[in-house]
Amino acid sequence: MRRRVLRRPVLRRPVLRRPVLRRPLGKPALGSPLQILLLACSFALAGYAGVRLLAGDWFGVALWFVGAAVLHDLVLVPLYAGADRAVARGLGAVGRREWTVYVRFPAAFSALLLLMWFPLISGQMAEHYRLASGLSGDGFLARWLLITAVLFGGSAALLVLRLFRSSRSSRSSRSARS
Amino acid sequence: MVRGPVRGVSRSYGRGMPRSPSSPAFWRSPLRGPWFTSVLGVVLLGGITVLFVTGLVSYAAYNPNLSPVNDMTPDKGLLGFYLFSWPTNPSWLYRLTQGVHVTLGITLIPVLLAKLWSVVPKLFTLPPARSLAHALERISLLLLVGGALFEFTTGVLNVQLDYIFPGSFYPLHFYGAWVFFAAFVAHAVLRVPMALRNLRHLRDEDQRPRTDDELVAPDPAPPTVSRRGALGVVGGGSLLLFATTAGRSFDAPLRETAVLVPHGGPEPGGGPGGFQINKTAEAVGIDMRETTGETWRLLVEGRGRTLRLSRDELLKLPLHSAALPIACVEGWSTSDQWWRGVRLRDLAALVGYEEGTAPDVLVESLQRHGAFRHAALRYNQVRDPRSLLALFANGEDLTPDHGYPARIIVPAAPGVLNTKWVARMTFGEL
Repeated sequence: MRRRVLRRPVLRRPVLRRPVLRRPLGKPALGSPLQILLLACSFALAGYAGVRLLAGDWFGVALWFVGAAVLHDLVLVPLYAGADRAVARGLGAVGRREWTVYVRFPAAFSALLLLMWFPLISGQMAEHYRLASGLSGDGFLARWLLITAVLFGGSAALLVLRLFRSSRSSRSSRSARS
Repeated sequence: MVRGPVRGVSRSYGRGMPRSPSSPAFWRSPLRGPWFTSVLGVVLLGGITVLFVTGLVSYAAYNPNLSPVNDMTPDKGLLGFYLFSWPTNPSWLYRLTQGVHVTLGITLIPVLLAKLWSVVPKLFTLPPARSLAHALERISLLLLVGGALFEFTTGVLNVQLDYIFPGSFYPLHFYGAWVFFAAFVAHAVLRVPMALRNLRHLRDEDQRPRTDDELVAPDPAPPTVSRRGALGVVGGGSLLLFATTAGRSFDAPLRETAVLVPHGGPEPGGGPGGFQINKTAEAVGIDMRETTGETWRLLVEGRGRTLRLSRDELLKLPLHSAALPIACVEGWSTSDQWWRGVRLRDLAALVGYEEGTAPDVLVESLQRHGAFRHAALRYNQVRDPRSLLALFANGEDLTPDHGYPARIIVPAAPGVLNTKWVARMTFGEL
C-alpha cells in the first residue's frame, strides 16, 4: 500500500516553455487587462495604507517589510532546505535514506518553536516579562528542551516500532513461504 | 517504507545539480506541485480571512473614534469606515474574538511557511516578467509575502512583549494588515479558481502530476514522504502550536498546557487575586504611598461639578457585583472574576446625570507610563449595570497589581480599557 503511494510516475522531459505570445517584435505585451485593473485597485488600497504605515520611521518599516520576505526566501529557506538535504544525504550514505522523516519532523517542529518564541526561550525578555505579568520569565528554555526531547523521543519510538513490525512481518512471510 | 532506489527516478539520482535556482531542475523536492500548494492556499484563504476580520473587530473594540486617547492610528482616514460602537454583550465577546485572532494566527504559521516553501521556485522564474500584467502581479507578490511575514512577525513579537519593531505596534499591525490584505485579495481573485480546479481534478495526490506545471520538479529526488504525509506534518505542526497556545484563554488547569507562550503555565500566586495580570504596579510606576486611605482621592467631574471621594466614601455608596472576564489584545484571557464596586452610571448620577442619561467618560490612572494610562468609555458602556468602578475582586480588596484602590471593569471591553489605579473620571460627551 505504502509502496503504491510513494511510487513516482516515470516523467518525461516536461514542456517548460509557455506558448509563445504572438505579438509584433519590440512591442511589450500587456497581458490580461482585467488582471491589470485588479492589481491597480490592489495597489491603490495598499498605497493608501502604505503611506500611513510609512508615516513614522519609513526606512525601518520598509526594511522590516521587504527584509522579512528577503530573509525568509534567501536565508531561511536555503538554510533549512540545505540542512534537510544534508540529513537525507548523510542517512543515504549509510543506506538509511528513508529514516530522514524521523529526523526531519522533530527537528522542524523544534526549530519552529525556537524561532517563534526566541525572545522568551533565549531569556532576553525574562526580566521584562516578570515585571509586566508577575509571572516567572525563566523556564521557557527548559520547557522548549523538554518538548524537543519528547519530539525526538517519540519519533525514535515510532521508528523502532515500524522496524520491529516490518522485521516481524518479513519473518512471518519467510516462514510462510518455507 | 521503501528501501533502495525507487523505480523510474534512479536515473536522475546523484547527478550534478544545476547551479541556478532559475532553472526548474534546481528544485528537487518531489512534494511540490499544484495539489499541495492548492490545499495550503485554500486553508490560508479561510484562515487569513478570519484573522483579518477579527483584527478589524479588535480595532473597533477600542472605540478609536470616541476619543484621541483610545486611538493609536489617528490618521486612519477611510480605513476606519466600518467602525461601530463596541457592545457590552455578550461579556465574553472580546475574549472570543481576540482569542481566535491570536490563537488562530499562531496555529497558521506552519501552514504559511509550508505554502511559501511550496512556491519558492516561482520567486526565481525567468524572464522576470512576460507581460505588464505579469510584472504587476510579481510586484504584488512582494507585498503579499512581505506583508504576511510582517504581520505574523509583529504579532508574535507583540505577544511576547518584545517591542523591537520600528514604531508602535498598533499602527504597524493595523496599516500593515491593510497593505497585506490588498495584495491578499488580488492574489485570491487571481488564484483561487485555479486552486479549486486543482483540488477537484487532482483529488488523489498519487495521480500523475501535470508535468508542465512550473511547481512540479522536472527532475525530482526520490521521495522520503508522500504529499499526503507532508500535509499531515504541516497539520501536526499546527496542532502542536495550538496545543501549546490555546490554554492561555482559560484558567488553570488548562492554562498549564500553554507551556511556551506568555500568560500560559501557572497562575500568578494563589488566593482571590491570583489571576492574570497585564501590567504590575511596579511596571507602570505606581507609588504605593499614593494609594493609601489618607492620600488617595477619586476625582469625579462632570456638569461643572467636581467631587473628591475617599475609598471609605466610595464604600458607603451602593455596591454591586458582576462576574466578568479580562481579555487582552495579546490573546490571553481569564474566565469570569467576581467583581464588586460602584456602578459607573451611579458615579455619573453623583455629578448630576439622571437615570438613563449617563454620558461617555474619560478615565485617568495614577500610572506614570503606559499608552493606556488614559482611556475613554462610551455611554453604552457606562450605562451597562455590570460596568463597575471595582473595589473588590473575588471577595477581597483588589491587590496592588489588579489596581488597588479602584479599577474599571466593563463587559466585553479590551483589557487595557479597564483602567487600573483610577485617579480621575470625567463624565461628559467626548
